[in-house]
Amino acid sequence: MKKIIKLFVLILVIFIIGIFFISLNNSTRYDTKGLVGQKIKKISLDYFSENKKFTEVDLKKNNYTLINFWASWCGPCRDEHIFLLKLSKEKNLKLLGVNFKDKKNNALKFLNDLGNPYDNLTKDELGKQSVNFGIYGIPESILIDKELVILKKFTGPISEKDFRNIKSIIKK
Amino acid sequence: MLSNIGNALLFSNILLGISIIYFSFENLRNKEQRVSKKIYRLSLLQSTLIIICFFNLIAAFITSDFSIISVYQNSHSLKPFFYKVSGTWGNHEGSLLLWVIILTIFSFLFLIYNKSHPKNYRVYTLIVQNILILGFLFFILFNSNPFGVILPTPSEGLGLNPILQDPALAIHPPLLYVGFVGSSIYFSAAIASLITDYSDKLFAQSIKNWVLISWSFQTLGILTGSIWAYYELGWGGFWFWDPVENASLLPWFAMTALVHSLIALEKRKFLYFWVIILCLLTFILSVTGTFLVRSGILNSVHTFANDPSRGAYILIFLSLMIFASVLLFFKKFKTSNYNLNANSKETFILINNWFMIFYLITVLLGTIYPIFTEVLTDNKVSVGPPYYNTVIIPVVIFFLFFMAVGPQTKWIKNKFSNLNLLIKILFGAILINFVIIYLSKSYSLISNFIIISSIFLILSSLNDLYKTIKQRKIDLSRIISHSGFGFLILFIGLNYNFSLEKDLNLKVGEARKFENYLLEFKNLQLKDFKNYKAVVGEFKIKNLKENLELTLNPEIRIYESPNTITYEASIRTGILKDYYLTMSNIDRSEYYNIKFQKKPFMLWIWISVIFISLGGFLRLFKNEKNY
Repeated sequence: MKKIIKLFVLILVIFIIGIFFISLNNSTRYDTKGLVGQKIKKISLDYFSENKKFTEVDLKKNNYTLINFWASWCGPCRDEHIFLLKLSKEKNLKLLGVNFKDKKNNALKFLNDLGNPYDNLTKDELGKQSVNFGIYGIPESILIDKELVILKKFTGPISEKDFRNIKSIIKK
Repeated sequence: MLSNIGNALLFSNILLGISIIYFSFENLRNKEQRVSKKIYRLSLLQSTLIIICFFNLIAAFITSDFSIISVYQNSHSLKPFFYKVSGTWGNHEGSLLLWVIILTIFSFLFLIYNKSHPKNYRVYTLIVQNILILGFLFFILFNSNPFGVILPTPSEGLGLNPILQDPALAIHPPLLYVGFVGSSIYFSAAIASLITDYSDKLFAQSIKNWVLISWSFQTLGILTGSIWAYYELGWGGFWFWDPVENASLLPWFAMTALVHSLIALEKRKFLYFWVIILCLLTFILSVTGTFLVRSGILNSVHTFANDPSRGAYILIFLSLMIFASVLLFFKKFKTSNYNLNANSKETFILINNWFMIFYLITVLLGTIYPIFTEVLTDNKVSVGPPYYNTVIIPVVIFFLFFMAVGPQTKWIKNKFSNLNLLIKILFGAILINFVIIYLSKSYSLISNFIIISSIFLILSSLNDLYKTIKQRKIDLSRIISHSGFGFLILFIGLNYNFSLEKDLNLKVGEARKFENYLLEFKNLQLKDFKNYKAVVGEFKIKNLKENLELTLNPEIRIYESPNTITYEASIRTGILKDYYLTMSNIDRSEYYNIKFQKKPFMLWIWISVIFISLGGFLRLFKNEKNY
């Protein structure tokens, strides 16, 4: 009897610790990788300066759209800006900027200093709209096609590699 | 600079830990009856250095030394002084340093306050405790170093999460840590007791004050966490069965069981191995809680960054601890025969322990069940308040009755001479319950039982007080804790039954009437503060029946570092009830979502918990006086 109890306790402990070990590598954090391949449904974003809404209808006009979430207070946004400027010269691609939780004057100064790559500029002052795109930190960018299918999601600043990647996708 | 000093101090503490273990073994081998002076001096030095190390980190936070990563990530030069200091332990790395400090100080204090106990027992306790200290020091130095340097030095820090900038939360971690990290000392003592066969009465006496200290502080730590959640999270509740709250409650159950069974061990040499299990279990649960919170496998209000390597380290450490203690326990375990009478104090202490273990298993299951289902079936489930409430509440009713009767029973063999009185008290409790129903409104059957049983406990505790004063044998500590618990359950019950909650959408200038209240949205202002901006609403609440009028100012705060929005509840605390108002903006609309709550007896819930822990402190002073 004593042996059975010992064995039972040991097995139980090993079982619990084993489960803990497995779940350590199972991240339970909210993950938006699953968004790739899905379609963007309804969106409605305020234009940065005009009192108009940018909706999914506007997105359908473009062959490809890169939706870029940025803010003047975000350091890495400055790093990726040079690639956004280069991408803005691509004919097949339109850039939609979403100014995230920012102050208007700071944002304008940012664009004045570094250049404005965006074909359309909208704002999300409270950061609530961006949640619908699965954004939890900026900069983040989403590449979508004419059918509004998400082709790629870039978390963090767009790098040289991402830049080339985007170029090769929109050439197709 | 500060970073180098910090690292040097951490490193010297590792060397000190190793040398204490080395000299302890040397001390065990010689025939000297006393613990060598060298060990005392090293322990004192160890405690001193770790405290200096901690002050060093505080200094880095105060001077905003952003070359240190943990300062950069958790502080900001514009932050008020108070929160710069509390930011020191408001993060993963700094709080681990607090862990080690408590491990070290308790190690030293246990050494110097137990001089009457045998050398081997004390030295083994010291060795085990130092192994724990080393384990955490290595973890700090190589995985979670609070003194890590960032280059180039940033000009400004990222700021402390605004919801952590709260007085209750500033003192919450230190209190809680004295509680559950403090339990390490009786973990070590239990191992030492098994190794040296130092058991029963004397062993119980050597650890009982430490159990009381940790239990009392744990109680206060849980309280401050709960107060913080009530004020800061804006949900209007005080207990959410959040995994992290549960993690602090689990060791509390084990400690509470221990506080009671230790009495049986000291007075009747009863339950020795069970006491050992509880000593081991308390600290194991504390480390398990730390693992669950720090590894990020549970999502909760504690926003520690997710880093599997941390979790892996703590888990390996935890496994070693568990296996070592389980194997040692099985090796030493002997069945003992104790002639237990069903009607005796021993039985009632056992009953207390069964209840505690029942609560413990219930809460543990609810907390880790989602982890298990996800691994085993890939199914995400969430266990919430309904589970805990349905399982725990009915059981609490019986628990309260036993808690009222238990303390008055006698050791070995009891006779219920006071059955008549108990029945009278029960009738009194039922009567008071009906008065409450008559004065306000009726409530569910189970609430009736909760209120009757809690009043029963309070009345019998008061009767105890009266009796002991007459006999001049006052045991105030127990009476205060037990009646505090009775009041806690009573006020929670009343609060639950008489709360009023109303959700409305209002814009400036509008007013709305509901029940006896008129709520008016008077004004909205934008204000600038040192480290945030705030949209402040002005609301007037009129109680039409009581001719009462008050103004509440809930806020929406916009912090810049880090960029966060928080919703600050405006709370008017009163003796009988709290008024609680939160507002949040609605996108693209001039309307605001207003949540109004009337919460009776909130203040008394907090006070009851203070009384529960006060009982622990009183017993501690009484024990000290008797020595």
